[in-house]
Amino acid sequence: MTERGYAMPMRSQDTGRGAAVRSFLSKSPPAAGRSRLPKVLTGIEGFDLITMGGLPAGRPTLVCGGPGCGKTLFAMTCLVNGASQYGEPGVFMTFEENAEEVAANVASLGFDIAGLVAAKKLAVDYVRVERSEIEESGDYDLEGLFVRLDYAIKSIGAKRVVLDTLEALFSGLGNTAILRAELRRLFAWLKVRGVTAIITGERGDGALTRHGLEEYVSDCVILLDVVAHEQVVTRRLRVVKYRGSAHGTNEYPFLIDDQGISVLPITSAGLGHEIDEGIVSSGVPGLDAMLGHNGFYRGSSVLFSGGAGTGKTTFAGIFADAAARRGERCLYFAFEESPQQIVRNLRSTGIDLQPHIDAGLLRFEASRPSTYGYEMHLARMNRDIDAFDPEVVVVDPLSAFRGTPTEIHNTLMRMVDLLKARGVTALFTRLISTQELHSGTDQGISSLIDIWIVLTDLEIAGERTRGVHLVKARGMNHSSQVRQYQLWDGGIRVIAGAFSGHRKPSAAPVLIASGKPAAKPKKSAKKSRR
Amino acid sequence: MNQSLDNDGAKPAGTAAHPRTHYNLRLYVAGQTAKSMAAIANLKALCEQHLVDQYSIEVIDLRENPQLAAGDQILAVPTLVRHLPPPLKRIIGDLSDSEKVLVGLDIRERAPS
Repeated sequence: MTERGYAMPMRSQDTGRGAAVRSFLSKSPPAAGRSRLPKVLTGIEGFDLITMGGLPAGRPTLVCGGPGCGKTLFAMTCLVNGASQYGEPGVFMTFEENAEEVAANVASLGFDIAGLVAAKKLAVDYVRVERSEIEESGDYDLEGLFVRLDYAIKSIGAKRVVLDTLEALFSGLGNTAILRAELRRLFAWLKVRGVTAIITGERGDGALTRHGLEEYVSDCVILLDVVAHEQVVTRRLRVVKYRGSAHGTNEYPFLIDDQGISVLPITSAGLGHEIDEGIVSSGVPGLDAMLGHNGFYRGSSVLFSGGAGTGKTTFAGIFADAAARRGERCLYFAFEESPQQIVRNLRSTGIDLQPHIDAGLLRFEASRPSTYGYEMHLARMNRDIDAFDPEVVVVDPLSAFRGTPTEIHNTLMRMVDLLKARGVTALFTRLISTQELHSGTDQGISSLIDIWIVLTDLEIAGERTRGVHLVKARGMNHSSQVRQYQLWDGGIRVIAGAFSGHRKPSAAPVLIASGKPAAKPKKSAKKSRR
Repeated sequence: MNQSLDNDGAKPAGTAAHPRTHYNLRLYVAGQTAKSMAAIANLKALCEQHLVDQYSIEVIDLRENPQLAAGDQILAVPTLVRHLPPPLKRIIGDLSDSEKVLVGLDIRERAPS
């Protein structure tokens, strides 16, 4: 993807999709699997989580959806992961595309079909059904299909089977009475064989599938969907039915890109996350002093809101810099500026992020907010966070997302949940106008945020003066003062003491030397930075 | 066989749609089922009636040779495949409707409807 062009040379840090899923599974208690129903992992990030362990083992699963919703890719991913990661060879029986087309279609996801076939981990059989080439005369059955499937399964000892898509039979064969009887027999046969089967089906009007395949596959039904809203496409996945197993019931966004398929189980995050008493410095000593605890609680969500040019990105950059200096990993989601631009601009305040990027402690993920829908952004962020496993995350800025307040609120809530569940300290920036600040537009967002820091920009005596104050800081005995701060080539200097607003303090060093406790840590930090 | 006195059927077999053409036919079955046996019998009778000395039939039991199913794209059983003359033709079923078989093999023109 071109949006990923900004991605810093950090890809090698990936722990791999499979590892990410496993670590995700082990992190999340609901995935432990209370159900005794045997399941097999699909290796699809997030999906194994919402189904609490994957697909029902040895049973057929129906994957249905409209054209282009990713049914084939979903099925193929399950198969390839099974073959390459879980030691379960698979048979891909295709009714629509021939073996070469199938291999070409999934090559973009990095699947080496030919290699797996050569290693006898995968068998691909193309069943060509062409009405015009078939004349029907008298009674028949589909034993030929059974024979082929049986042969393919035996040839590689397959444990998984994909039939993509069986409905092609309905257009190819005229006798639906025979066909339906045979399909019923086929699903019974698959169960007897004990293979985990994925059957794809085209979505029909008012029904899950055009030809009612759901009638035969009653164990597990998964619905894929593509929604275009304001020219932004979001893919969604829903587990319609999972006999004998609890499962997430919501529609989960999922995405298909060069990394494969990942499902985002954001709503599976709750408020049951562990809290951390540890403190994370904001990187700005004067701000830490205002907070009363020398920083934010680890795992809290911090919002910097302010007008244009108040230095939100500078605060964010310093926060990232401080994290990297502590040896922590920081993932920086940039939605407005390119990483290079952010790095360059921060140099003017004496912060150099490049060494952290080179050291693999800081990673930028940049994309335009308009590239995807909210859910897709969330899904991508989820995946990136999974892969990089950061201690600290920056989202800059939140306001780049446009949409209804409800949507933004929901997105932010899920984002916050997502980060909290991992104990990640998150810093969000948000551009607001002065009017917005006073009209309380941010109130909805505020309820999700632990620490809300407002940056204001006042014009006093012909000079712009910046002020910072804390609207709230949960669980912290924080300062209620508005303090002046300055951006300079050593970072950000918060001037201790309430800012009267009547005149600009003449010389900052005088105030630092005034001996107020708040100013002390700042001084030492300043030295170390130089 | 309910084939009786219509144009082609009444004439000697040599006057079928493609005189002097050799019909290379392959019949796929799966085990000795009633459908299989019926298909074999129906096909033989039909060939004897319409394609005397013009045909060869190879019966393939997929139970014994499952690997052959994919090659000829066999899905339904029984399936009759005409390899020669080209183009390749497929007829599925026990071949009890000989009218359809004759049309399917291009031995008889498709009836205008």
